[in-house]
Amino acid sequence: MNDRVYIAGVGIISAIGNNTAETLRAFENETPGIGPITTLNTIHAGILPVAEVKRSNDELATLTGLPANISRTALLSMMAAKEAWQDAGVNNIKGFRTGFVSANTVGGMDKTEEFFAEFLRTSKKGGRLANVVHHECGSVTELVADQLGIKNLVTTISTACSSSANSIFFGARLIKHGKLDIVIAGGTDALTKFTLNGFNTLQILDNKPCTPFDENRNGLNLGEGAGYVVLVSEKVANVLPKDCYCTLSGYSNANDAHHQTASSPDGNGSFLAMKNALYQSGLQPADIDYINLHGTGTANNDISEGTAIQRLFDPNYPKMSSTKSFTGHTLGASGGMEAVFAALSIRHGLIFPNLRLTTKMKALPFTPEKNFLKEQQVRHVLSNSFGFGGNCSSLIFSTL
Amino acid sequence: MKLYIRGTGNISPQNTLGPSSLPSELAEYNTNRLQSIEPDYSKLIDVKLIRRMSRVIKMGVAASLHCLQEAGIENPDAIITGTAYGCLEDTGLFLQKMVQNKEEMLTPTAFIQSTHNTIGAQIALLLKCNGYNNTFVHRGFSFETALMDAMMLLQEKTANNVLIGGVDEITDFSFEITSRFGLFKKSIDSNLNLFSTPSKGSIAGEGASFFLLCNQSSPKDYAALDAVTTFYKPSDNKEVEENIREFLNEQSLLPMDVDILLCGRSGDDKGDKIYDHVQNTIFKQVPAINYKHLCGEYPTSSAFALWLASALVKNQSLPPVFPNPEKKRIHRILIYNHYQMIHHSLMLVSAC
Repeated sequence: MNDRVYIAGVGIISAIGNNTAETLRAFENETPGIGPITTLNTIHAGILPVAEVKRSNDELATLTGLPANISRTALLSMMAAKEAWQDAGVNNIKGFRTGFVSANTVGGMDKTEEFFAEFLRTSKKGGRLANVVHHECGSVTELVADQLGIKNLVTTISTACSSSANSIFFGARLIKHGKLDIVIAGGTDALTKFTLNGFNTLQILDNKPCTPFDENRNGLNLGEGAGYVVLVSEKVANVLPKDCYCTLSGYSNANDAHHQTASSPDGNGSFLAMKNALYQSGLQPADIDYINLHGTGTANNDISEGTAIQRLFDPNYPKMSSTKSFTGHTLGASGGMEAVFAALSIRHGLIFPNLRLTTKMKALPFTPEKNFLKEQQVRHVLSNSFGFGGNCSSLIFSTL
Repeated sequence: MKLYIRGTGNISPQNTLGPSSLPSELAEYNTNRLQSIEPDYSKLIDVKLIRRMSRVIKMGVAASLHCLQEAGIENPDAIITGTAYGCLEDTGLFLQKMVQNKEEMLTPTAFIQSTHNTIGAQIALLLKCNGYNNTFVHRGFSFETALMDAMMLLQEKTANNVLIGGVDEITDFSFEITSRFGLFKKSIDSNLNLFSTPSKGSIAGEGASFFLLCNQSSPKDYAALDAVTTFYKPSDNKEVEENIREFLNEQSLLPMDVDILLCGRSGDDKGDKIYDHVQNTIFKQVPAINYKHLCGEYPTSSAFALWLASALVKNQSLPPVFPNPEKKRIHRILIYNHYQMIHHSLMLVSAC
């Protein structure tokens, strides 16, 4: 098996920027992307804040070359995957086997919702089939794979909010096993009425901008976006015209096996995921310089994740923050987006702030970082993604 | 590296949960929608839990638990699921309520159970299994890429045994919609005559087929799984041929080393042409059989095919429904399937 897997390129679109440069500026200016609903036609507009990408489907279609009438999930995916692909500069290298491993939670649901209203109104006879043809999660992935011209391996993972951490994890192993040389891996999700209403029934949406890891946190804000990294083998890294960002040095996936939607009080699943990722990377907890928290802002997640961190790191805590205070919770995209943040953190020596944190959590001995920090020595970043169904995954990114 | 299939659990439109071979009495359908024959779930799952589970969750969980029982493994090291559509019933239910109630008065149950990882998660929850847990949701590659993940885990020794399965359901909504795409024949006389008069479309199917895959052999093993591969949107017959030859090459095999070719023929005249082509070229000397007349067409039907191949290898007999090829020992079965001519896959199964 090949040893190292490198991150050669990154691409991102979210409520805080349409590309990597805009994203870095938003972090530095501490400008979150959370605000009122403008794109979804929903009764929750004006009540629930969300983190929307500031581009219409028409604009995204023009930028990507895809049709405007397809799922926004595919349009967002194409934006970020294309940026990552171009950033890596691998597209002109012949003779390598390339795969696309994406992730999302509800496929083309934004279009299925349009279809379904008409379908039900017409006693299941009507509804434009063009709106439901890309309903499947995998179909969204294929729209982008085809546009990028990738066909050696195409697949999609869906494990709720940890989906795209798992796609990066799987992509890296395909390289280690010598099955592929290059993998674009990450995930995408657009805001949909289905997920907004679903999370609303669970009563875990904050009606103000979320406050992860605050004693008075009151739930999450949903967001949308896409994030991809280009994973390459050592052989590919050696022939690239520029340096890679970092390596993916550790990864682990565990199941909390506690409840379909809630995390266990002792954070068993997240503890196992972090511990095993460290073990796999050969690092000690003290080696970690920054933790990009899952940090959704729900009462349950933050205490469970915090307890797991305490069990593993006490008494020496690295800097940590939840970037969901900027981007909202982008579900199937979050692991991919936060992998991009980890790569940027290592390359530029940055720690991203945990916004709106005013009251420290009483039950935890640590406080996340509140300020944007530059010129930090960031050698190893731990990135957490935990989801419904107890699916917990942790990734570790390390300096070259 | 050889991997071993130690146990199976298969819920399908045939009576397949329990016997480790295809029953001699086949279920016959005269409709274009084949539904799974569901077992008495209370024999496998706590009655209180059954009430909360949708049909696809029940099928997936019951097939898994049966598979573990058969393999004699209480708690697997990893659980991996492949499902193209996920939990359609709960997705449809929540969508319908959302539209009809205009986003008001909604309850969380259907939403919670609509996520694609629900089946894998429910199995982990029931078993209290903290191990690796993943769900692949890529149309006709869902099961195959799940299998690739399982095989890599076993090769890495991250896991010594993996519970892996393919599962998909048909619902009234999904059947209405996919029928409008022209995927199915208008009517059929009998699923058992699916291949006698080729015409447009197939018959809809569903099922849950789970396997306990190990990196060590045991006397219980059905068969060995030697390799799996996928190829996406091949541009012509030649590319399909090349992919098959390369796959066999990697296993140091010639086409004539394959004892049975198990084809994913679906009865769709257009889609079946490629099976004719490989049978008339690469596999001219190799007897070929089909399976979709038994389980219908669906994106994870290749999991049913893997079950059938494993059972045939284990029992060393061809059931009477198949044309009788020359009687000899079955060493190797190659499964070649494609879904909608987009997702092509190969799986190689051999006798232990």
